[in-house]
Amino acid sequence: MFDLAWLLFAFPAAGALINLLIGHRLNKTLIGAIAAGVVIAAFLVAVGLLFSLFGLDPDARSVTVHLWDWITIEKFQVSSAMLIDPLSITLTLVVTGVGALIHIYSISYMEHEERFQRFFIYLNFFILAMLILVLSDSFLGMFVGWEGVGLASFLLIGFWFDQRDDSYGYYADAGKKAFLVNRVGDFGMIVAMLALWSILGTLTFKDVAAGAEHGLTLGAANFICFMLLLGASGKSAQIPLYVWLPDAMAGPTPVSALIHAATMVTAGIYMIARTHVLWEIASSASATAAWIGALTALFAASIALVQTDLKKILAYSTVSQLGYMMLGVGVGAYGASIFHLVTHAFFKALLFLAAGSVMHGLHGELDIRKMGGLKDKMPSTFRTFVIGSAALAGIPLMSGFFSKDAILTGALEANPALYVIGLFTALLTAFYSFRAVFIPFFGKPRDKHLYDHAHESPALMTAPLWILAALALVGGLLNLPFVASLEHWLEPALGHHEEPFLTYELLALTLSAIIAVVGYLLAYERYLKNSPRARQLTEPFKVFQSVAEHKWYVDEFYNKFIVNPIRRSAEVLASFIDRAVIDGFVNWVPHISQTLGGSVQRLQNGAVPTYALSILVGVTVIVAYFVFAA
Amino acid sequence: MASPIPYLLSLITFLPLIGALIVMALAGDGPKKRAAFITTLVTFVVSLLLWFNWDNGQANMQFVEDLRWLPEFNLRYHLGVDGISLFLVLLTTFLMPITIYFSNKYVTDSIGPYLALMLVLESAMIGAFIALDLVLFFVFFEFTLLPMYFLIGRWGSGNRVYAATKFFLYTFAGSAVMLVAILAVYFATGSFDITELPALAAKMSPTFQTWGFIAFALAFAIKIPLFPFHTWLPDAHVQAPTAGSIILAGVLLKLGTYGYLRFALPIFPEAAAHYGPVIAILAIIGIIYGALVALVQKDVKSLVAYSSVAHLGYVMLGVVAMNPQGISGAVLQMVNHGISTGALFLMVGLLYERRHTRLLAEFGGLWKSVPIFCGFFLVVAMSSAGLPGLNGFVGEFTILLGMYKHEPVFAILAAIGVILAAWYLLTAFRKIAQGPITNPANEANRLSDLKFDEIAMLLPLVLLFFIIGLFPNLFLDKINPSVQALINQQPAIVMKVGR
Repeated sequence: MFDLAWLLFAFPAAGALINLLIGHRLNKTLIGAIAAGVVIAAFLVAVGLLFSLFGLDPDARSVTVHLWDWITIEKFQVSSAMLIDPLSITLTLVVTGVGALIHIYSISYMEHEERFQRFFIYLNFFILAMLILVLSDSFLGMFVGWEGVGLASFLLIGFWFDQRDDSYGYYADAGKKAFLVNRVGDFGMIVAMLALWSILGTLTFKDVAAGAEHGLTLGAANFICFMLLLGASGKSAQIPLYVWLPDAMAGPTPVSALIHAATMVTAGIYMIARTHVLWEIASSASATAAWIGALTALFAASIALVQTDLKKILAYSTVSQLGYMMLGVGVGAYGASIFHLVTHAFFKALLFLAAGSVMHGLHGELDIRKMGGLKDKMPSTFRTFVIGSAALAGIPLMSGFFSKDAILTGALEANPALYVIGLFTALLTAFYSFRAVFIPFFGKPRDKHLYDHAHESPALMTAPLWILAALALVGGLLNLPFVASLEHWLEPALGHHEEPFLTYELLALTLSAIIAVVGYLLAYERYLKNSPRARQLTEPFKVFQSVAEHKWYVDEFYNKFIVNPIRRSAEVLASFIDRAVIDGFVNWVPHISQTLGGSVQRLQNGAVPTYALSILVGVTVIVAYFVFAA
Repeated sequence: MASPIPYLLSLITFLPLIGALIVMALAGDGPKKRAAFITTLVTFVVSLLLWFNWDNGQANMQFVEDLRWLPEFNLRYHLGVDGISLFLVLLTTFLMPITIYFSNKYVTDSIGPYLALMLVLESAMIGAFIALDLVLFFVFFEFTLLPMYFLIGRWGSGNRVYAATKFFLYTFAGSAVMLVAILAVYFATGSFDITELPALAAKMSPTFQTWGFIAFALAFAIKIPLFPFHTWLPDAHVQAPTAGSIILAGVLLKLGTYGYLRFALPIFPEAAAHYGPVIAILAIIGIIYGALVALVQKDVKSLVAYSSVAHLGYVMLGVVAMNPQGISGAVLQMVNHGISTGALFLMVGLLYERRHTRLLAEFGGLWKSVPIFCGFFLVVAMSSAGLPGLNGFVGEFTILLGMYKHEPVFAILAAIGVILAAWYLLTAFRKIAQGPITNPANEANRLSDLKFDEIAMLLPLVLLFFIIGLFPNLFLDKINPSVQALINQQPAIVMKVGR
């Protein structure tokens, strides 16, 4: 079976290529069927590989499939190769599984889109790049996928490249911003790879892990991990590089679900988990990652509280949940983070697709202040959205409850301060999750016209919603507390970590359950009952309101202190330094020669053949001199 | 491996010149165009014999021709290719048919002399890459100037005479100094031959080496062009006809980097090691400065021109790293820059022929009206921005790797260019392809998408992006041995650097 692993790349590549070359001759159904079909095929290959891994001894569950020698210069040797192990296969299953559902959903969601063919080419290309990212056996191979998903993200955010609206500006600018912010992170990735290779002489994950223990000093490991952290902050939208993700919602909603919630944005978390050996050495970088994660989780949740655009609520919630995952890897709870990555992929993809279904039913409207009472109009969308929100809120027994709790337990063990931040964020999370349920789906319709025309989406869209809802419900079974089957399964890749103390685990579990229910009740009282007491209780959130509505002015800060100064100095370089100073000097040289002598002046008349002649004469004279001198 | 045809290198070098004579002799534009195109195509096919008969493990010169020329001065007609020059020759013969095809399609004004000059230029460029005798190299090197001068000055646009004269005088000033240094080297060592000179370096005093190196480096720095000697480049590029720009960026600039690697470095090893950091700093300034200036250009052609300053900065950075990763990466990056920037200029040319403007502000929303063009433009821009999986990344990354090993701070500074390159290229793409159509001239009914033959011009370049990006070892296997030999030749440098 491992010999067939290359099919994971070949299927999506073939899908993209077929639709690129002959898609214009096919009808939309066929284009969609090809695109979705190749992803399903890749999913089946992944399932086959999963069973092949099951067949191996746990210690042997790490298979490198060599494809070809990629770059060889003396001691620098990098292969194009796949690393099949529990971690990569788990991610592959999520990418192709959730990916296939989103492809199917998109066939219906995008059916009236004139650039339908292009959409599915991009989507298949994304799956290809994402699989390269999670399946490569080396940093450099991963980096191919890493930038490839960035390109796919750029193309899909700016899919409607000629359109704009007041909330995003030109969609094309949002795409460009995403690519450029990610490139800042990629700078870190590149520097980290340079340092790794120059110290350890290898870039494959296995050899780096083997060499790191003895070959890396604390300082070097911290330097490398800080650079990797920059890359992870870009891709996984952490402070200070998260600014691109909210704008990325300009893309079509299935894209937000697939790329900007379920898969691509978790790449940074995956990368850290994959290189956990380095992070276990690099204590400062790990601690920084944990703090960045905790603060990002809190900060983004505070913004999500006051957003009125349904997709933006989900976007900030994604940033916040990614913060949890970053906190998890920062405190060394790698398995817990990957667990949350998986459940988050289920429930956040679900929430985005359900939001897309709402949009579909409301002719593109996303402002929750115009919605209300939709639960009867779109029952499937409503029910699945509630399940997704409950999972996000961490309501006990839902998938998100177990995974978030696993991270919080890890944080509690590492640093109580981080735990408190995480727990408080969980309260905010439960509150905004249900705010997003109560305002649009309950109460009286706020916009009569919108409500009257609202309708449920077709089965091709609701079916993926129900499948994802089922996963969001039972996803917790993957890794129940005290059983930890997923974490155990991941051990060959992530290393063995001690079980948390029972008291910690019980304490965290209880507090998580209480806090989620409190958050739910607060939202219930505030947005459904509109009780005065709840309004009073949520009053303190108001202080966030104005700054949070402006997203804490971070975009403004970057524009004022980074982007604009660079542009302005570039203007000065271009018009003054380059043209006036440097070129001015170049043009001035002939002028002095002109004033120095009349004979030189003739050289300035532009008659180049004269110069050619002078070379010839000059060379002849010199040659003649030596001929006669000899 | 023995050459399948005697005098293969001479044949490749002078085929275009013969073609030029035929073009001049023929009557009528049609036959002239066909003759020129066929000449470049045949030259390309013949040059592929080098690839197919290559001896992979061999580091030394292959297909060598060595005839006495002026024995009194030990002047020889000495030709040969190794892994460093092979792909520059192939790059030249590969780009020529594309440029000739483009010119045949779009140049209307006295096409006969134009084509003849292009062919003469091809001969001169190939000759410069395979000459192993300093004087022979110098003759070819100088001979590239004249055709390009006329191509810009006669067939260029706008301020073409100024640009052409500046190009000529600036480059000529540099090479005049080099000519003196070449003669001085001969008096010191008694040889003009690059295969002999490295062993004779000891005959030159340190002061002598320094001055000789400065003279060579200056000539090549202008040609590359290295900051701050670059200001002739935007002028020349903006005014040059499309084919001229493609050849200028694609091949002629490489004469500078190649010349530095082939001559300045081996002849003056100690001076080169001593002044390496200076070149590295200028290269880094060029990378960042070129990118920043490119970012704010209003004319897309000058944007691409400044991007060349940045890209060639990377090449020089790899060269001065003086280790296998740096130099092999630099050699590969010369080819990468040739095809990526060549393709960028080709795309700009295709756009210019349709809209007769190159100002970014004139465009917008073209993805809607000319999607095939914009699709190609995206791939070309990504190649130039160093997207992994495409050609540019392999070169850039290995160069940075080499430089990091040599001097980490330099590599980290240069890596900033990766961010900036994406910035200016996406800015250009955003302004040309994306956004709404604001100018009626860009509507689909007034603007035609790429024709079949135009796609045929671009496709070989784009395929090469992928081949080099995914299978760079096809090329590196041939480059590495010669680079290793070059490094081994200079124990003095390696020791110095190691200290």
